[in-house]
Amino acid sequence: MKKQEVYNITFGGVGGQGIITASELLGWAALYDGCSVKKSEVHGMSQRGGSVESHVRFGRKVYSPLIGLGQADFLLCFHPDEHPRLKPFLRKGGTDLMPYLEKVQQIADNPRAVNTGLMGVLAAFLPIRPDSWEWAMQKVFKPSILEVNRQMFSKAMALVK
Amino acid sequence: MARKPSLEKAFLSGNEALARGAWQAGLKVACAYPGTPSTEILESLAAFPEVDVQWSVNEKTAYEVAYAAAVGGVRALFACKHVGLNVAMDPLMTSAYTGVNAGFVAVVCDDPQMHSSQNEQDTRWAGVYAKLPILEPSSPSEAIDFIQQAFDISEQYDTPVIIRMTTRISHSKEDVAIGPRKEVPIRSLQRDMRKYVMVPANARIRHEILEKRLVKLKALSERSRLNRIEMNSTSLGFITDSVAYLYLKEVYPDASYLKLGFLYPFCDEKIKKFARSVKRLMVVEELDPFIEEHVKSLGISKVQGKHPSYRLGELDQDLVRSLVAGKPKKVKPRPGRAPRLCAGCPHWAVFSVLKKLDVFVAGDIGCYTLGALPPTSALHTCLCMGAGVTFNEGLRRAHPEQKIVGLVGDSTFVHAGIPGLINAAYNKSKGVIFILDNSTTAMTGGQPHPATGKTIRREPTKRLDLKAVCQACGADFVDVIDPQGRVKELEELVQQRLAADALSVIIVQHPCVLLK
Repeated sequence: MKKQEVYNITFGGVGGQGIITASELLGWAALYDGCSVKKSEVHGMSQRGGSVESHVRFGRKVYSPLIGLGQADFLLCFHPDEHPRLKPFLRKGGTDLMPYLEKVQQIADNPRAVNTGLMGVLAAFLPIRPDSWEWAMQKVFKPSILEVNRQMFSKAMALVK
Repeated sequence: MARKPSLEKAFLSGNEALARGAWQAGLKVACAYPGTPSTEILESLAAFPEVDVQWSVNEKTAYEVAYAAAVGGVRALFACKHVGLNVAMDPLMTSAYTGVNAGFVAVVCDDPQMHSSQNEQDTRWAGVYAKLPILEPSSPSEAIDFIQQAFDISEQYDTPVIIRMTTRISHSKEDVAIGPRKEVPIRSLQRDMRKYVMVPANARIRHEILEKRLVKLKALSERSRLNRIEMNSTSLGFITDSVAYLYLKEVYPDASYLKLGFLYPFCDEKIKKFARSVKRLMVVEELDPFIEEHVKSLGISKVQGKHPSYRLGELDQDLVRSLVAGKPKKVKPRPGRAPRLCAGCPHWAVFSVLKKLDVFVAGDIGCYTLGALPPTSALHTCLCMGAGVTFNEGLRRAHPEQKIVGLVGDSTFVHAGIPGLINAAYNKSKGVIFILDNSTTAMTGGQPHPATGKTIRREPTKRLDLKAVCQACGADFVDVIDPQGRVKELEELVQQRLAADALSVIIVQHPCVLLK
């Protein structure tokens, strides 16, 4: 892995979009890649359609479970309405993956796979090995939906390039 | 493909880590009532077949059952959210006197920022009030370690131990080293009346033992590795606890730290030693100035605390920076989507009727509290568990002529509403109490309760008959109605019951749309 001390990724959207699953996937992938990982979210009322925000940080040593404003290397926003609220997390020169949301939606047969698609896009930017992603998918997805998600992940990853 | 690493690590939340750690420590019995952010502790424990787990009726019941198991001789755990501890304070306070047989740990999850709570109370004061030791992990890794130590401390010092968490630690995940379970032998049941029968003559002796125990625990706190001094630059030193430590480490990696993990009783000598070794000394903590006031009480005059504005809400790295700079707290609002009742939620029907009839609605704790928000805006009080029932009575005593109703959920009614209904009947109060029965504890993610006829592991069990309970409590009328497609009928029923000079209960029954 090309070493940057710590990678900060902010996820956001609304309840029911699979944001927690997506950040879970990244957390496991980073863990399988041998990193120290922290993930934080508040899901008190998210099932009731409230805003959802998740922070994942990984690297050699991570202290805070939260990403400060202006500190995120990547922003993954799952809903255009939430974008203005989340934008302040992105650091100068950080990568906003917002432009990929529509592209991923277009290639997704099932709206429930959009989250995995966005993770495929993110994976194209991160120095996490493919094996680690594969193991993470095996960990996070039930066998019945593993293959669908695996395909979505690769298809979306190919959008970057 | 490279070989998949065999993991002695797992990616666990603070709550999952507590469950795992308790299991590793040989836990046998665990009890709780669901409450964000503590719910996942019991849900995670339910996956371990060695542990006898239960959703209890309420926190008082949960505390007593779990504590009694420890008195009986097996390691036991009670978990709750901060306000849940209020319900369990009665057994907690005196269990400090009676001590334990096998280890007993009470996990309490505070909710700074009130992500999903009605207040922001700081459980650290419970240590002082109940004279019990408090351990405070900063992370899931510490949670799994601290809870195992907590069981040992509980047995060695014959005391319940409190583990205090916050939402941020309970719901953050990290890579955590996990280990195997250690079986702990069951201890024999003791008929020790002087220890366990708290009549005044015995309690006076136990109080003395409690005070002496606190002195011993203080000595333990002094030498505990959970209270750790990290010396770096001596120009700035922090005394800190909980997740605040992690935010500080992020922003001030070169500062020195006294990181308090064995929070109470305080390690006064370590605090004094650390204070002497740094030029500038600051206490950084979330919520109340609990540590700060204690450090000041030791006569350490140079210590700086925080501006009172930081007593509200959580910290983060940005806030820690402004706190240390001595600036008042300023947070740019980032308005998010407000939660609302789900599409298809059976509660919508009730609120549309209540709004139309323009009655005063005494509400309670649950999803239906969202009925106070637009577009329904038809719920006018929410204080604590069960108060939907008792507020109906109290408000009517102030305004007997006004249209007032009470409203409570099924799980909440079983938790704390039943005594209120008996009270209303006994004291000749009238009115209409709605039980919004969606057959689950919905707000915390859908846990079963006695009226669902299912246990925490979804095994069938005796089902509490809500209608029969209400009748037995003394309600004059108990109606059960499914509101789906029958709003008009519901409205007519409500009008009829409102007009009657009677104590009525209307059980509005339809399963939560999130139930699988």
